[in-house]
Amino acid sequence: MADSGVNKGRRRFLVGATSVVGAIGAVGVAIPFVASWQPSARARAAGAPVQADISKLEPGQRMTVEWRGRPVWVVYRTPEMIERTESLGDGILADPQSARPQQPDYAAGPMRSIRPEIGVLVGICTHLGCSPLYKPEPNAEDVGAEDWPGGFFCPCHGSRFDLAGRVFRNVPAPTNLEVPPYHFVSDTVVVVGEDGEGA
Amino acid sequence: MANPHKAKAERGLMRWVDDRFPATQLWRDHLSEYYAPRNFNFWYFFGSLALLVLVNQILTGVWLTMSFNPSAEGAFASVEYIMRDVEYGWLIRYMHSTGASAFFVVVYLHMFRGLLYGSYKAPRELVWIFGMAIYLALMAEAFMGYLLPWGQMSYWGAQVIISLFSAIPGIGPGLAEWIRGDYLISGITLNRFFALHVVALPIVILALVVLHIIALHEVGSNNPDGIEIKDRKDEAGKPLDGIPFHPYYTVKDIVGVAVFLFVFCVVIFYFPEGGGYFLETPNFEPANQLKTPDHIAPVWYFTPFYAILRAITFSVFGLDAKFLGVLFMGAAIGLLFVLPWLDRSPVRSMRYKGWISKVMLALFAVSFVTLGVLGVLPPTGTRTAIAQVCAVVYFAYFLLMPVYTRLEKTKPVPERVTG
Repeated sequence: MADSGVNKGRRRFLVGATSVVGAIGAVGVAIPFVASWQPSARARAAGAPVQADISKLEPGQRMTVEWRGRPVWVVYRTPEMIERTESLGDGILADPQSARPQQPDYAAGPMRSIRPEIGVLVGICTHLGCSPLYKPEPNAEDVGAEDWPGGFFCPCHGSRFDLAGRVFRNVPAPTNLEVPPYHFVSDTVVVVGEDGEGA
Repeated sequence: MANPHKAKAERGLMRWVDDRFPATQLWRDHLSEYYAPRNFNFWYFFGSLALLVLVNQILTGVWLTMSFNPSAEGAFASVEYIMRDVEYGWLIRYMHSTGASAFFVVVYLHMFRGLLYGSYKAPRELVWIFGMAIYLALMAEAFMGYLLPWGQMSYWGAQVIISLFSAIPGIGPGLAEWIRGDYLISGITLNRFFALHVVALPIVILALVVLHIIALHEVGSNNPDGIEIKDRKDEAGKPLDGIPFHPYYTVKDIVGVAVFLFVFCVVIFYFPEGGGYFLETPNFEPANQLKTPDHIAPVWYFTPFYAILRAITFSVFGLDAKFLGVLFMGAAIGLLFVLPWLDRSPVRSMRYKGWISKVMLALFAVSFVTLGVLGVLPPTGTRTAIAQVCAVVYFAYFLLMPVYTRLEKTKPVPERVTG
């Protein structure tokens, strides 16, 4: 076909318009394929946040809820426990100010919690994933430490953590226990696995 | 030129085919009348060996899928089933797992050849870029393949690599979740990696290999002297320093194949785990998301980049060390892509470049290997310092290249190939 008598402007317009429509179509087709990689409804349900009713939790006690297959502890710390925990410092703890990102920003600082009396921690040792034991009473035996301030002791390899989940010096575990995202929906109900509004 | 090829092709079946499909033409263009420089040396074995290993991976891979179960519950057990109960399953699996390491050995040597003789320089930039794309796809392929046996190192290695994406500010955590398809690495991740490993990425790699070879045969092979054999042709238009790829280089490559297969078989039959470097020891334990191994190291072929990642222990401009590490690791690979434009030397081959280029290439090779060794070991203060020095050398090789290749005095290039 000869090029004479061809309206080049119109041809360019048709090529351009076809390309644009084609590109829009390609983007549209890509959406389901890209979105298909998001966590499925079943994965979302299995990973959904869990609620813990702490109304029956007595001071000094600990309860465990399961979130994403892992135990999460909720600890009710008494004023004495808080005082003992806050008195610990650099000499004993590896990361007393929680500088390493093992907690959401709203749970930073020495007590690593929103409310100092309620601690929420993932109950998995940061060394090799055993679940440490709850040894809240001071100077408990069989934790292998003098001046035990109360805390968590991992029976597998002897890692020690205080009641805020902060790791001791010279134990196998490298970092503090993880604090999951959580928030309070009321004074007695804590939701684990989700940041609060405005967090 | 009433050549005998044509007379032969005009007879019988071949003629019937050639009238419908350019079989003879393709044979000539890519083998019997593809003229390669006559001075290829040891370094020119690794391209064809990479092709051989690719065939090995596809063949053994297809056979492995017949007995593998891509689910979190069944994957580990199905690999043990292949190893113990499937007839010759152990052999096919070891051919595949050893083949993965062999692939990177030959590809690294093939790439080093390119650096040595300037095979990336004009007009071969696209040959190099397609090759780098193959390397990138190969890394993705190997990474996803390593998750499939669902052992401890499969799981935690993938955990470490995917968490690199979450270091990207803003979109990072969402991106990592999108890659995993879950909040942690799970059967969902395993299933999609299986699909990508056995279907999507092999197609991409094969397509890239075709592009790599088409681009190469368009411009012609480089050689150890880095000169164009097409510049000097006889009256018939054949390069004076060229010889037909077939039979000359097919026969040469068969020698390389024989030596390669000898070493390959020694590994398969006597050291299939490669001393814990081809198949890492923790991978003989099923994946356990509650139990982190003592020391997580990627497979050896990723460790140079992993060492660069870990060498970044400082924060700059409010970017934290982890994200900077990811950036530097990405840059370490990205710089290879733009190499053709960093080299400003008038000559291609290291034979005729100046001493600075030679020293820089030697330092680069030493630091790459050192980084590879450091990436396997747990970090200590001294090791991190050494890794930092090596990372500086690695980047200096590329970033200073526009300067030193222009400044240095080069030797005169011969008109015809030597040796």
